[in-house]
Amino acid sequence: MTAPMTTPQTSAMAPAVTAQPFEPLILGFTCNWCSYRAADLAGTSRIKYPDNVRLIRLMCSGRMEPEFILEGFAKGADAVIMTGCWPEDCHYRIQSVKALRRFLFLRRMLSDLGIEPARLQRFYASAAEGKRFADEMTRIVAEVKALGPIPPEIRVTLAAEPAAPAPVAEPVEVEA
Amino acid sequence: MTIQVAAPAEAEAKPRYKLAMYWASACGGCDVAVLNLGMKLIEFTERWEPVFWPAAMDGKRADVRAMDDGEIDVCLFDGGIRTDEDAEMAHLLRAKSKVLVAFGSCASEGCIPGLANQRSIEHVLAAAYDPELNDVTDGQVPNGPWESPYGELHLPTLQVRLQTLAQVVDIDYSVPGCPPETERIAEVLGAVTAALDGTGPLPPKGAVLGAGTSTVCDECKRERGVKSIKEFKRIQTLAEVDPDLCLLEQGLPCCGPAARDGCGAKCPAAGAPCIGCYGATQGVNDFGARLLSAYASVVDASEPEEIERILAGLPDTVGQFYRFSLAASLLHGGRS
Repeated sequence: MTAPMTTPQTSAMAPAVTAQPFEPLILGFTCNWCSYRAADLAGTSRIKYPDNVRLIRLMCSGRMEPEFILEGFAKGADAVIMTGCWPEDCHYRIQSVKALRRFLFLRRMLSDLGIEPARLQRFYASAAEGKRFADEMTRIVAEVKALGPIPPEIRVTLAAEPAAPAPVAEPVEVEA
Repeated sequence: MTIQVAAPAEAEAKPRYKLAMYWASACGGCDVAVLNLGMKLIEFTERWEPVFWPAAMDGKRADVRAMDDGEIDVCLFDGGIRTDEDAEMAHLLRAKSKVLVAFGSCASEGCIPGLANQRSIEHVLAAAYDPELNDVTDGQVPNGPWESPYGELHLPTLQVRLQTLAQVVDIDYSVPGCPPETERIAEVLGAVTAALDGTGPLPPKGAVLGAGTSTVCDECKRERGVKSIKEFKRIQTLAEVDPDLCLLEQGLPCCGPAARDGCGAKCPAAGAPCIGCYGATQGVNDFGARLLSAYASVVDASEPEEIERILAGLPDTVGQFYRFSLAASLLHGGRS
C-alpha cells in the first residue's frame, strides 16, 4: 500500500515523478446515537476504510452548524461528510431532516462559491450499519481523491498576498 | 434654525481633536452619511478639526506623509482594500492615527465590492472594460501604469482580492452599516469625544461602535409567528406586502435573523426585506452560514426534491447570503 521508498537523491532529481499521491483530508461529523455507533461497529468488526477521514462526534446531526463546515474548508479540509440517523430514527425527532435542509442549502452555496458539490457529502447509517458506514467512507474518499485538492484561489490566505505594499519611490503629487 | 455655539470661554477650555476621513475602494456614501449630520457637524467642528478628508476638502497624500506619527486623533476609514494605493493609504493612516476606525460596511466586511472576490482579477477587469460597453480605453484593459491615448496614467494596481481594513492593518474599532445611520454616527463621535476628554468610558479595542449586539429581527416591529415557508418569493411578484406580518413568513428572503441591529429596522418597516448591511451580529463568524441556517430551519419540506425546489427560489445564493460580507467570510475572507 505504501509508496516505494526513494532516496533523497532520486527525489531531488525527479521531484515531479516521485511526488506523493494526493491524500485528501476529510472532516466527518457523526451523530451520537446512530452514525457514531456505526463507526464504532465498523471498528469492533475490524472493517477497514481509508484513514483520510477525521471524525467529530456531535450529539445530533441537527447540531451541525453551517459555520462548522465552512471553517473546516477554510482550515484545510478537502471535503466534509455529514452523517446521522435515518430521518425516521432521529433521537431528536425532526433534526435529521433539518440537517438535510442545511446540507442541500449549503451544497448549493458552496457550489456557487466554486467548491464542487461532491466535496460536501451526506449519508445515513444506523447503529447496526457498520459495513455501510465503512463502504460509504471508502466511496467518498475515492471520489475526493479523483477530484484533487481545492484550488488555491478558492481557499485564499492572507499569507499568500502582499499585506504591505512594496516600498516605492515618492510619487510626484499632482496639483488638482 | 439657530446654531448652538458654546460660550467662548468654555470652548477654549476644551481641546480640539484632529479628525481624518479617507475613502479607499468605496462609493462615497459613508462620507455623505457624515455630511448628513448637517447642523450637528458644525457643532462637532468646535471639538474636531478635520485635517484630511478628500471627500469634503482639499488635501493630498503628501500632507498626510508630512504629519507626525499618531498626530491624527481619530481616522474614520471607509472603503475596502482593493488596490495597492488603498493598502498604502491604510498603512499610512494607521501610522498617523491614534485611533483607526473601520467605518462602514466596505472597511468592516467588504460590502458590495467584496462580491468581486468570487472572480479573478482578469475576469473583473474584462467585465469593467468590456469593449461592448466602453470605448474610452480603446480595447485595452488598464491596470497600473498605462499609456492611455491621452497620455501616461499612473493607475493603482488591483490586488488579488478585496480585503477588509482589519485584514490589512490593526484597527481599533469598527462602525458597521452601508452607510452607518447618521444618528449612530453622531452617537459614536459623541462617545469618542467623551472618551478622549476623559469624561466617558473608552470602548474596548475591537469593539463594534454605533450598533447593537442583537439582530434586526429584535428591532423589527412586525408580528412574528411560527415560520413555515413553502417558497421564496421576489417582492415584485407579490400583489401586496402584508404591512404587519414578518416578511420572512411572507416568503421574502429577509436577512434580519443574521444581521446586527442598530439601524432601527427601517427597511422592514418600509416593507422591504433587510439586506444585512449592518453585517453579522455579535458572536457570528460567518454571516452567510448563519443566515443559511436560519432559512433551512423555516423551510417546510422534508423530501430532497421539494427542498431543492424551494431553494431554487434563491437564484443567487452568494449574493443572498453574503451581499455585504463576502470579503470577511470564512472562505473568501483571507483569515486563513
